[in-house]
Amino acid sequence: MTAWQRFLDTFFKPEMIVQYWPSIAQGVLVTVEIASAVVVTGLVLGLLLAALRAYRLAACNVLIVIFVDVFRSLPPLVAILLIYFGLPSVGIRLPSFVVLWGVLSLVLAAFAEEIFWAGIISTAKGQWEAARSTGLGFSETLAFVVMPQAIRLGVPPLTNRTIAITKNTALGTVIGVGEILNQATAAQSFSGNATPLMLGAIAYIVLFVPVVVAGRWIETRFAWRRA
Amino acid sequence: MDQIGQQFLNLDIMLQVSPLLLRGLLTTLYLCALVIPLGLAGGLLVALLLLARSRPVQWLAVGLVDLFRAAPPLVLLILIYSGLPFAGIRLSPTAAVCLAFFCNTSSYYGEIYRAGIESIGRGQWEAARSTGLNGWETLGFVVLPQAVRNVLPDLISNSVEVVKLTSIASVVSFPELLYSADMARSLTFNSSPVVLAAIIYLVFLWPLVRLISRLERKVATN
Repeated sequence: MTAWQRFLDTFFKPEMIVQYWPSIAQGVLVTVEIASAVVVTGLVLGLLLAALRAYRLAACNVLIVIFVDVFRSLPPLVAILLIYFGLPSVGIRLPSFVVLWGVLSLVLAAFAEEIFWAGIISTAKGQWEAARSTGLGFSETLAFVVMPQAIRLGVPPLTNRTIAITKNTALGTVIGVGEILNQATAAQSFSGNATPLMLGAIAYIVLFVPVVVAGRWIETRFAWRRA
Repeated sequence: MDQIGQQFLNLDIMLQVSPLLLRGLLTTLYLCALVIPLGLAGGLLVALLLLARSRPVQWLAVGLVDLFRAAPPLVLLILIYSGLPFAGIRLSPTAAVCLAFFCNTSSYYGEIYRAGIESIGRGQWEAARSTGLNGWETLGFVVLPQAVRNVLPDLISNSVEVVKLTSIASVVSFPELLYSADMARSLTFNSSPVVLAAIIYLVFLWPLVRLISRLERKVATN
C-alpha cells in the first residue's frame, strides 16, 4: 500500500463517507438552525439595548454597560459550562441547544449593542436637532433618523463579529448539542477512522467560506467613505 | 436563594480549589505568552503575502485566510489534536494547541495588519524611499509604526479574543484555567469553581474591554 493510498484510507475512506455522511448532514442542519437563531435574537436584542441606552436612564444604562462588558470579557465556553452544568443543581434543567443558543445570543447582543451605540453617538448633533425641529419626538428621531444611520455604520464591524460568533456553535459539542463537530467526533470514535472528522471539517468550510467571502464583500460595500 | 449561594458562590469551596485554579491561570498565561506573539508574527507574514505584488501569491493568501477564518477554531484544534495522529503525526498537546491557534489567529491578525498598511498613503512610501531607505526599511521604520497605531484598537480587541479563545484548549484536556475549574467542579459537585474562573477572566479582561470601548469611541467620534 503506498503512502498516498494509506492517506486516502485514513482521511477519505469511501465506505466511511457513505456510512457517515447522513449524520454529518444532520449536524449541518442543526448548526444552520442554531446559527440563524443566534444571529436573529442576538442582533435584535443588541439593537433594542442600544436604542434603550439612548434614553440615558442612569440606572438602566449602568445595567446595560455591565451586561455588555461581562459578555464581551467572558469566554463563551465558560458561560456555556456554567449554565449547562450549574443550573440543574438549583432545579433548572435546560436542553443543551437552548443553553448554546441563549449564551451565543447574549454574546452577540453585547457586541452588537456596543457597535450600534458607537453608531448612535457618532451621529452628528445637527441630525438630532434638525429632526426635532421638524416636529419629530425623541423616539421618532431615534427610530427614523438616527438608528438607520447607526445601523449602516455598524454593518462592517458587525459582519465579522457575527460570523465569528456563529462559528462558536461548534462549542455546543462540549455539552452534547448534535451539531456538525459533535456528529463528526462521535462517528470518529465509533469508526476509529479520521474520515468523519474530515467530513465535518469540510462541511464547516463549505458552510462558512461563502459567508466569509460575503462578509468581505459587505465590508467593502458598506464601508463609510473616509474624508 | 440560599441554595443558589451554596451552589455558585460557596467561599469555602472557592478557597479550597484556589491552588488548582491558580495553576490553571498560570497555564493560561503561559499559553497566551506563546500564542499571541506567534499570531502577531504570523499575521505580519500573512499581511505581506496579502499585499504581495504577485497575483498568485495574493490569491493563495486570501484563500488560506478565508479557509482558516471559515473553520471554527475548535474544529481546527480537534482536527489537529485527534486527526493528525491517524496520519502518524503525534504532537504534544501544547504543540497541537499552538498550531491550531497559529492557523486561526494569524489569519485574523493578518487582515488587521493589511487594513493598517493600506491606510498609509503611497506618499509615505515614496518619501521614505527617496531618502534612501530600501523597501524593508521603509516598511519597518516608516509604514508599520503608523499602520499599527491606526489599527491598535483592532489589534488589542483581537488579542482579547485570543485570550478568551484559550479556554477551548480545555476540550482537549489542556490544563488551563477553564479545564482546572471544570475538574474542580466535578470533584466538588459544586459550580463555585467555574464561577471563580469566570471572575478571574473578568478581572483580567474587563479593563482591556473598557480600554477598547474608549479607543473605538475615539475613532468613531473623530
